[in-house]
Amino acid sequence: MSKKELMLGNAAAARGFWEAGCSFASSYPGTPSTEVTEFAADYPELYAEWAPNEKVALESAFGASLAGARSFAAMKHVGLNVAADPLFTMSYTGVNGGLAVVVADDPGMHSSQNEQDSRHYAVAAKLPMLEPADADECREFAAASLELSEKFDAPVLLRLTTRVAHSRSAVCLGERNEAAPGKYEKDPGKYVMMPANAKKRHVFVEERTAALSEYAENCALNRVVKGGKIGVIAAGIAFQYAREALGDAASYLKLGMVNPLPEKLIREFAASVDRLIVVEELDPVIETQVRAMGIACEGKELFTMLGEYTAAMIAEAVLGKKTCAAPVPPVPPRPPVLCPGCPHRGIFYVLSKLKLFVSGDIGCYTLGALPPLGALDTTLCMGGSVSGLHGWCKAAGKEASSRSVAVIGDSTFIHSGITGLINIVYNGSPATVLILDNSITGMTGHQQNPCTGLTLKNTPAPAVDLEGLCRAVGVKRVRTVDPFDLAAAEAALREETSADEPSVIIVKRPCALLKSEISKRRPPVVIDSEKCRRCRACMRIGCPAISFKKETGAVIDRTLCVGCGMCEQLCAFNAISDADGKEK
Amino acid sequence: MTNMNILIVGVGGQGTVLASKILGSLFIERGLEVKVSEVHGMSQRGGSVITFVRAGENVASPLIETGGADVIISFELLEAQRYAAYLKKGGTLIVNTQKIDPMPVITGAAEYPEDVQDTISKLGMNAVYMDATALAVEAGSARAANVALLGAASKFIGGSAEEWEKAVLGCVPPKFAELNIRAFELGRNTK
Repeated sequence: MSKKELMLGNAAAARGFWEAGCSFASSYPGTPSTEVTEFAADYPELYAEWAPNEKVALESAFGASLAGARSFAAMKHVGLNVAADPLFTMSYTGVNGGLAVVVADDPGMHSSQNEQDSRHYAVAAKLPMLEPADADECREFAAASLELSEKFDAPVLLRLTTRVAHSRSAVCLGERNEAAPGKYEKDPGKYVMMPANAKKRHVFVEERTAALSEYAENCALNRVVKGGKIGVIAAGIAFQYAREALGDAASYLKLGMVNPLPEKLIREFAASVDRLIVVEELDPVIETQVRAMGIACEGKELFTMLGEYTAAMIAEAVLGKKTCAAPVPPVPPRPPVLCPGCPHRGIFYVLSKLKLFVSGDIGCYTLGALPPLGALDTTLCMGGSVSGLHGWCKAAGKEASSRSVAVIGDSTFIHSGITGLINIVYNGSPATVLILDNSITGMTGHQQNPCTGLTLKNTPAPAVDLEGLCRAVGVKRVRTVDPFDLAAAEAALREETSADEPSVIIVKRPCALLKSEISKRRPPVVIDSEKCRRCRACMRIGCPAISFKKETGAVIDRTLCVGCGMCEQLCAFNAISDADGKEK
Repeated sequence: MTNMNILIVGVGGQGTVLASKILGSLFIERGLEVKVSEVHGMSQRGGSVITFVRAGENVASPLIETGGADVIISFELLEAQRYAAYLKKGGTLIVNTQKIDPMPVITGAAEYPEDVQDTISKLGMNAVYMDATALAVEAGSARAANVALLGAASKFIGGSAEEWEKAVLGCVPPKFAELNIRAFELGRNTK
């Protein structure tokens, strides 16, 4: 028997790609997809890299596929929006070496700005999509996606959701099967998608969908689990919730391939049960197609389109089983916060103090929107801060422009902020863009990026010179400030926002959680309660290490404080200082 | 045999993921089906985090339902109350008495509840309170509070000290092995 190991769903997907002989991966990090590529990078036979964005990643994987390699690109659901352009046309070109696109949805929005259902992409781009329900299926389906890709000449989507990607369960480890590299043959009719060629390829796409539908009827990915007379059609994590809730009282059509659907199999299954229920989180993608086949079923009239499901929710909706919870009194919420010593805190304090319009972006610094900093006005999508600020400045007029900025992280700026900055220069708005350069991709858990000087495999790489890049696209006013120096940051902001031309401030200070920064930490600071006048000035930076007690005034939690000293700058009474060094 | 359901709750950054890994490997060694569901990404940044660990003959969902947890291990005091409704009748809460103010308390928008232990006791729930951070410091590092809590939980989850120590050793770097074993023993000996 093969070895069993407890693995994260994402790690198991990486394992499956490796076992199937995959040799190329290019991705952009995004929760909950990030670890697929991180674990892939641990296999020496698998070249893996972080690309600047998902479109570049998918196009790179396409190139690798053309060269004959089995390859994949992984991203979160919103990342697939960025990569949608190559995806739709890759449906026409097909592949050479097998190519998988991992897309991780986030029902419940644990770490996302929307709750879109990426299964719509499979339907719209006419591509096969597989959806595993646990870690071992992540391994199995990852390998299957590369095989299917070659068999049907199509990129294959592998859909994960947070509870599959970030759950651990037992995985049966297999060996690597080295894939023979496919030979590239020049074939403009297949790979040059100009109208005359694409028209012919569209015919192929429709034929392929028919062939895939036929394949779906009998493939091992879709299976029936016989039980009671309630019939459940489900895939992925929804299958697990349904099985937990209904057990043997139901029979299940467990779909491993969620696009295209096996019509005959569904029809037969429907005929074998008294009641047919489609259980799927988010949108009624399967349900709508089942109804379109003329098969009566229940679905969203029982279940919500919002958030994650649970077994209890299904037991109640289907069986009317109520669970009663202990009447526990509520406690104050605990939203995520910027970490103690976070360099973003300083700049958000100053932005909030100056009451500027702040066009925000995606990253740890989105947390600057929360009280007490409350500094952001918008957060839309990767790179949206810079382009949004341009439109705002053009429409809001000169006075409003001089009171507005965009904030964007280093990795996000490279992802898609640079094009917005070029637009600011080209179309001439007096916008001020702050690049919050913390020398890492922070929110997703410290990934390297083109600004950090290291690759995913930790080899040295040239680092983008952000100042030089901004100057090269035509920004004349470019300067760098340290966000720990609140006075200097404020002076820079006042000057640059009042300038009547585009400007960039690079706010540079590494993430406080980087090993290099942890080793440089000063001892925690303490507050002298004799000197503290209870003015609460230090509370305005929203540091989790500082709390306020009526009796003692402000207090610093030594276990949380990293000694960044930002609060010292806010205290007018010199009540905050380094500890005497005796305590450790 | 019915499934064993363990909830690990706390504040992002407190080391809940290591605790769930140790539990996962313990149950795998017992030959059980195991599912562990973790939180990564934004919620980890100092927010309230919840990890589910389930083990048994047949585990479908990785999530534990309200009223379904045999043991809740809380790394922070008020988080114990936040998730107390998950406790099964007859289950046990293992609670670190460390308090970390959530941001609404820091900004003055809310108050830290002063009566967490009272509230839990009035609900008729069994709870063990311990200063796991102090035990971890005694063992050598405040960061081993997670393992000290597991030590206390081990008595309610069952299994020999040897079995548990093997699981701990399999999940921590060798240079911190001794420290973590000390923290585990201090936790296990908590009354």
